[in-house]
Amino acid sequence: MKGLNALIRRELSLAYGGGGGPLLALAFYASLVALLPLAAGRNPQMLGAVGPGVAWLGLALASLLSLERLFERDYEDGALDLLAMGPVPLEAVALAKAGAQFLAVNAPLAVAAPVASIALAAPASLIPMTILTGLLGGLAFAFVGGLGAALALGAKRGGLLVAVVVLPLFAPPVIFGAAALDAARNGSSPVTGLLLLAAYAAAAVGLTPIAMAAACRNALD
Amino acid sequence: MRLPRQLEFLSLPDRFMAVSAWLAPTIGALAVLLLEFGLWFGFKVPPDYQQGATVLIMFIHVPAAWLSMFGYVCLAVSSFLSLVFRHALADAAAKACAPLGAGFTALALATGSLWGRPMWGAWWVWDARLTSVLVLLLFYLGYIALRASIEDENRAGRAAAILALVGAVNLPVVHWSVNWWNTLHQGSSVFRVGGPTLAAVYLIPLLLMALGYTAAFGALWLVRIRAELWRRKARTLSLQAANR
Repeated sequence: MKGLNALIRRELSLAYGGGGGPLLALAFYASLVALLPLAAGRNPQMLGAVGPGVAWLGLALASLLSLERLFERDYEDGALDLLAMGPVPLEAVALAKAGAQFLAVNAPLAVAAPVASIALAAPASLIPMTILTGLLGGLAFAFVGGLGAALALGAKRGGLLVAVVVLPLFAPPVIFGAAALDAARNGSSPVTGLLLLAAYAAAAVGLTPIAMAAACRNALD
Repeated sequence: MRLPRQLEFLSLPDRFMAVSAWLAPTIGALAVLLLEFGLWFGFKVPPDYQQGATVLIMFIHVPAAWLSMFGYVCLAVSSFLSLVFRHALADAAAKACAPLGAGFTALALATGSLWGRPMWGAWWVWDARLTSVLVLLLFYLGYIALRASIEDENRAGRAAAILALVGAVNLPVVHWSVNWWNTLHQGSSVFRVGGPTLAAVYLIPLLLMALGYTAAFGALWLVRIRAELWRRKARTLSLQAANR
């Protein structure tokens, strides 16, 4: 238990400290959002139609940025070997890593999402739903993304590879979150979309650490 | 873990080579025959009352779509065998399977697009089935990309096998969620193809074509596995020669 605590603290400080932490993802997100009106035009009606969807999709894209370093850093300097030999099982290590990734990248992004959404002409009433889908979806993005990062260990061009491997897996959570946002905007009940998103996130949190640990063991031996 | 006795012949590359040496050309010849008959019957069907002559595209499109999914099942089963039983032959089978499956998926998308243009008036619509087949193609591409970017072959094989199994767990979820998304967004037109039921005149060539496609897939898969095993043998031999 003591080891697990130390591990979580280590992962959090690494995730916040290394390479700009949440700021990098937030800056990417802001740039992406700023480019949309430049490409699609500034007509508020047009923006209002696609804005919330783009703000939501941007969360998925921005969460990819720092994934490459999630396991690779520890793999290169040998820390992953030590963690694999340590008393904490690799599954728990993976859980801690992806959890720290969520807290350092996806949670700040979820808090920033309403700002982007409103800038893209979404109504202010959508704020709570945007944060909620951002948090639930962020869990799914962090854990599924972590799996991609673990699989890409030792690969050439790891960053691009993680994106190619992970983005198709993001299809269900993107759909569920967009459905919840859509329902909230149209005044119908967003519960179905939210529940499905929560179910996907729960499954990701529960199952991907096993696959992440298997991928790490494969890269280590 | 050891392989069950019934599947043991799969674990012996020599045995596999001996069997596939005559099995691959046999299935290949069968595929050519079936496809010829299927096309011949296909060209003789009366034009559909709604779709006219474009209904013929069905005979090359539907079997490709079917094989795109069958290919992923083959990939997932091979990956499972290679991961759990640590099987070199299963790994070669998975490696050989992925580009084939991706090819059939791309064929299904391309022929579907060609069919969509005269029928729906658009090359592409975001219909549930089209979208989930597109995601399936992306799964294949992710698998191939992962496999290609890790240099150590054993590692690449196992990492790719984990990804294939994760994909196999995810594909039903993707399929279901895309269907759900489509009903939410109220599909823009009616995508019922070929009318409510398929008449026997269409069914016979379709079945022949489906069997022909499957046989072609099997023959190509066997040939690709053989090529992969030869490549590995050549690699081992050249390493041995370099050591001497």
